Amino acid sequence: MPDMVKVENLKKNFGDLEVLKDISLTVKEGEKLVIIGPSGSGKSTFIRCINYLEEPTSGKITVAGTEVTKKNHLELAKKYSSMVFQQFNLYPHLTVLENLTLAPIKLQHVPKEEAKKNALSCLERVGLKEKAGNYPIQLSGGQQQRVAIARSLCTKQPLILFDEPTSALDPEMVQEVLSVMVELAHENITMICVTHEMGFARQVADRVIFMDGGYILEEGTPEHFFDCPEHERTKAFLSKILH
Amino acid sequence: MIKGLFDPKRWNALFQAFPEYYIPGFLMTLKISLVGLAVSLALGVVFGLLSTAKFKPFRIISRIYVELIQNTPLALQVVCYYSILPMLFTNTGFRIPKFILGVVGVGVYHGAYIAEVIRTGIEAIPKGQSEAASSQGFSYLETMYHIVLPQTVKIILPPLANQALGLVKNTSILAMVAGMDLMYFTDSWGSERGYFAQAYFTSAVMYFIICFPLARLARYLEIRSMKLPTAKRLEITADEEVA
Ligand SMILES: Nc1ncnc2c1ncn2[C@@H]1O[C@H](COP(=O)(O)OP(=O)(O)OP(=O)(O)O)[C@@H](O)[C@H]1O
Ligand SMILES: [Mg+2]
Repeated sequence: MPDMVKVENLKKNFGDLEVLKDISLTVKEGEKLVIIGPSGSGKSTFIRCINYLEEPTSGKITVAGTEVTKKNHLELAKKYSSMVFQQFNLYPHLTVLENLTLAPIKLQHVPKEEAKKNALSCLERVGLKEKAGNYPIQLSGGQQQRVAIARSLCTKQPLILFDEPTSALDPEMVQEVLSVMVELAHENITMICVTHEMGFARQVADRVIFMDGGYILEEGTPEHFFDCPEHERTKAFLSKILH
Repeated sequence: MIKGLFDPKRWNALFQAFPEYYIPGFLMTLKISLVGLAVSLALGVVFGLLSTAKFKPFRIISRIYVELIQNTPLALQVVCYYSILPMLFTNTGFRIPKFILGVVGVGVYHGAYIAEVIRTGIEAIPKGQSEAASSQGFSYLETMYHIVLPQTVKIILPPLANQALGLVKNTSILAMVAGMDLMYFTDSWGSERGYFAQAYFTSAVMYFIICFPLARLARYLEIRSMKLPTAKRLEITADEEVA
């Protein structure tokens, strides 16, 4: 499998604060990667560097063989990557259907009818076809996040970045979103997920990485990770979140 | 005194003078208001956008404009345009035509306020919106056009209607420099004949005719902006229903 994302010696500072100190990582096409780590360890910052929501301080990120730069990141996003946010970030002035068709119509120049059809089939996949005409504010958190996932699907990029997609949700809504993500994982989409849902990680991850203090401290298969972690820090973290 | 107010002779004099004084004054005020509003909106949008730009000199330019205009009286600004500005370019005693003077006076003045309205409107849109847009590949201008400004418009319409209202009333400042507007003709007929009560009462009615609908509009927009949206009905065609 060719590389979908390649990160080499990535550093990111916010002013004097060194958040990412030296991150190198390769993600293969179709791979499902889960990133875990304590709050403030830089997980969001890392995943946001991949689509240039944060500008790296130094180092190199390559997506589908092309280095991500200030100049080309929008082009790369259109073609290769989409993102699902913790706070959903749906467009509140647009209906669910319009949220899904905006980028295909305006950016990818898909004909309107085709975009609509495709959007409805994406909504069907997340079980929300009947909400197509609603506005985001009329949906529950779980439904909004499923719409956000459908919006990502709709633009058909091979890479989806998830930044804690379930942590803003009420507990009873977490499962419906995770189920959709598990469904997605059967496809050849590359998924990079920051999440603390260990059940999900076990079920779908090809690899788990543990970030702490701006470094990747440990990486391995979910089995390795949950059954015999090496680092003390990893053990401590896991015991905390698994109770 | 009160007798003078109801004196038919005085009212008759006013009706005689109406076509010659009040009609042209009213039309001039209306014209200056309309074109002035267009100018102030254009300035407001440009400087409002500049004030939220990433590029700092843009923000500084916008700041200087807004602070200069907001912290000096409109009357003084108009006098400057009228008597000082021409001196900088010529010494032939050239004066800016009254209509242009009015348009520039209220346009530049309210443009600064509208820029502030637009800036706060844009800043009220959560950062997640432009992040979602960027993650889909929308450029800055596309993001503004498709995502941020449509949401901003809903917030800023009520204060914009209030600015329009203020603008109409502020055209009366032009009377100070013989602006040929409604206030000027009111003053001039009133002091010519000494029938101040008739002069100013009529003038008030005419300003009210323009301003009252604007005030209602502002109120209507305010109520509308607080309403939640209702779902849109979709025309899903038969074959989509099957699919
Ligand atoms: N825009 C920013 N400006 C300044 N500091 C920031 C910014 N974004 C993040 N940080 C800081 O960088 C550090 C890492 O933040 P980040 O959001 O990447 O952590 P995280 O691992 O995603 O944490 P969490 O699990 O709480 O989401 C934190 O100390 C945070 O305060
Ligand atoms: Mg985070």
